[in-house]
Amino acid sequence: MSPLSRREFVAAGVAAGAGLVIGFYLPHKTSSHEQSFSPNAYLRITPDNKVTVVVARSEMGQGVRTALPMILAEELEADWHQIEIEQAGASTLFGDQTTGGSASIRTTWDPMRKAGAAAREMLIIAAALTWSVPRSSCAAENGRIKHAATNRSLSYGELVSKAATLPVPTDLPFKQSKDYKIVGQRLPRLDTPAKVKGEAIFGLDYRTPGMKFAVLSRCPTIAGKVSKFDESESKKLAGVSYVGKIGDSAVAVVADSVWGAMEGRRLLNVTWDDGPNKDLNTAAVMASLKLAASKKGVSIYAAGDPARIPGRRVSAEYELPFMAHAAMEPGNCTAHYQGTKCELWAPTQVPQDCRDSVATAIGLDPDQVKVNVTLMGGGFGRRLEHDYAVEAALVSKAINAPVKVVWTREDDMRFSTYRPASLHQLSATLDGSGFPVALSHRIIAPSISGQKGQPVPNGVDPDLPDEAGPVYGLPNYSIEYVMTETPVPLGWMRSVYALQAAFALESFIDELAVAAGKDPLQYRLHLLAKDQDLQYFTTTWHTARMRAVLQLAAEKAGWDKPLPPGHYRGIACFGCFASYMAEVVEITMENDQPRVHRVVAVVDCGQVVNPGILEQQIQGGIVYGLGNALRAKITIKKGRIVQGNFDDYAPLRMEETPTVEVYAVPSAEAPSGIGEPSVPPVAPALCNAIYAATKKRIRALPILS
Amino acid sequence: MAQITLRVNGSEKQVSVSPETPLLWVLRDTLELTGTKFGCGAGLCGACTVHVDGNPIRSCSTPVSQVAGKSVITIEGLGANGLHVLQQAWIAEEVPQCGYCQTGQIMSAAALLAKTPNPTDDQITQAMNGNLCRCGTYERIRKAVHRAAGNGGSQ
Repeated sequence: MSPLSRREFVAAGVAAGAGLVIGFYLPHKTSSHEQSFSPNAYLRITPDNKVTVVVARSEMGQGVRTALPMILAEELEADWHQIEIEQAGASTLFGDQTTGGSASIRTTWDPMRKAGAAAREMLIIAAALTWSVPRSSCAAENGRIKHAATNRSLSYGELVSKAATLPVPTDLPFKQSKDYKIVGQRLPRLDTPAKVKGEAIFGLDYRTPGMKFAVLSRCPTIAGKVSKFDESESKKLAGVSYVGKIGDSAVAVVADSVWGAMEGRRLLNVTWDDGPNKDLNTAAVMASLKLAASKKGVSIYAAGDPARIPGRRVSAEYELPFMAHAAMEPGNCTAHYQGTKCELWAPTQVPQDCRDSVATAIGLDPDQVKVNVTLMGGGFGRRLEHDYAVEAALVSKAINAPVKVVWTREDDMRFSTYRPASLHQLSATLDGSGFPVALSHRIIAPSISGQKGQPVPNGVDPDLPDEAGPVYGLPNYSIEYVMTETPVPLGWMRSVYALQAAFALESFIDELAVAAGKDPLQYRLHLLAKDQDLQYFTTTWHTARMRAVLQLAAEKAGWDKPLPPGHYRGIACFGCFASYMAEVVEITMENDQPRVHRVVAVVDCGQVVNPGILEQQIQGGIVYGLGNALRAKITIKKGRIVQGNFDDYAPLRMEETPTVEVYAVPSAEAPSGIGEPSVPPVAPALCNAIYAATKKRIRALPILS
Repeated sequence: MAQITLRVNGSEKQVSVSPETPLLWVLRDTLELTGTKFGCGAGLCGACTVHVDGNPIRSCSTPVSQVAGKSVITIEGLGANGLHVLQQAWIAEEVPQCGYCQTGQIMSAAALLAKTPNPTDDQITQAMNGNLCRCGTYERIRKAVHRAAGNGGSQ
């Protein structure tokens, strides 16, 4: 089993300056690529002048198959047009390959640059040796090594055999951002054409010869089990070849087609042992959070001592529900068990977890399990689990044939792992002008890692260091975490605890601004006026950078300009995954419901690798966040998840989607997260706009419940 | 089991399946045309959209028996001679993120443009509202439809 959770890995990577993952150098030549130059695991150059970059993160829409090669190509001085990409499967060569925590760029920034720089230097030396000229007289440019004095040049492909004989240099200086030719460019994504032609192969599309299809009937009650089952009707169907128990809580139906397996499952008669949660419902879960609120938690951030500051006290409580990821591609995985080995084709964010969990489940060693990573129809954290992979391997072993396990939408909704429900208690002590001199934020929520049996050092969920830090440089400011427990399966969902923390904090700040009779923007800017470095675990938050995104968002939104009649605005800012974000949401109210017209979003995520992909990520995060804020709510009745499809768990559609304007603060700082930081501010900004319109404060999500 | 003949992307195909099998699974599993996607199985998300005799339908909720003898166009057959103008626009506007829903989006948009060559924003919303995208690409989809319609993405 993987010793570290993905979040610990992220925290470790950030703490170590992201230099953790490099150092797994391959021999120069491998038997499978005899003629190639491969100075490290990320790169292969062949005599036909192809430069293949190996992408050791999973593509789920966030653009890693384009952005990561851009980083390497920049240092390599490659011609972007000669770049081809190869998706890494589970490997021991790349460190932790988990794709999550908005960490792909920040944790591969150094390894990819090192890989490109080392290869470039070796190609330069190879050319200098070929021409018998000093190394200093040669330079790399656009996929060629040039010798200006004699106007000679050689392509990288032509230098492969000589370069492969050279030692791999280390400690090379990186390029300065002012000299970048590829990083920072709005280059088209490499995966777009295949996706619009229908040629892109997602997990569900993968085919292997002789493959069967399986769907599973899983116990609908949380932690329940199969008591008995009758497969006689299922087996009457042509094409149904196998029905059998998988683990304690599911029965698999295997057929020649997906539809055959679905029909077989429909005819299956299972008697369930509902187990210990048969009376569980949502109200009981929320009540347990309130009960736990009286417990003392652990301090995760402390400046001064808010409890001892005298003055006028204001308090409020906020509440968030369970939510489901609901990626467009339902869960699935293809497995082929062959006695002493097993191969998987998995749409997964955790190829190594899939490898290790499957090995344990079917009694093989991890190196007997090969995991190929397919494209994913969205991930949003759901594919940080490995349940689909284990199911596929178990079914394949049971039938001794390759099989694709397919989840229906209802399976995906009801057997997901859910964003934890949470309760937040905010309290502030105000000075004579209505500004807080003390603020405390208590987060009462179950721990995702804790529930999974992963380490929770000192009682602090390992996600909190990246997701729930301080925003304002107040002299007395505490954040406290009360860890609770729930039987409801928990998972990491896009922006994880940051969504909860931001909703509570940025709604509360708005409440304070209103109470003080001050403009919500000016109120925040006042709290950020002093340049301060706020140390939170291993991250240092700079009030100056937060102030800058807030100011730019206000300027671009025209905060000081009047709105058309009936239009209202709300603002919020937050920092998570080491990035700074501010958003202004503009709405009207129609039939007591908000209609969002425009969102202005400003990010400071350090060096931008590809502005086009950044804009996609922020636009997408805001649409996802609006869907969460307006309607996303998973409820539990008699131990079962109530929602099943896109009618009762309804994401945002085109008619509700606003214009989203995206701006990035220019920066040469090391890149920070971009996949998740746009999600958290949108709910509080929207609720603050609703307050501006209606004078009604929303303290529980979703808004339309 | 029944023998059913349908015309898929211009070629006649005979399939042997139970007649209530949704067209989606016949396309994907029998004919191995996997560009048409499974999203919800209930006509709620539009990922499985194909054209039957020129009309956009949800193939996940359409029994194959209903399309016997009819002409089915999938994403694989949309651009008869290279890329359809919408596929070009989708590339130009960099619409896809994960890309899973985009073939269904393009099929819905193609049906719209076939009947309404220069749609208004409202007409686009009406035609595209049944297609879900969890990556939130709606704004770019709108621009791409305008671009394909020939007005360069303006509104």
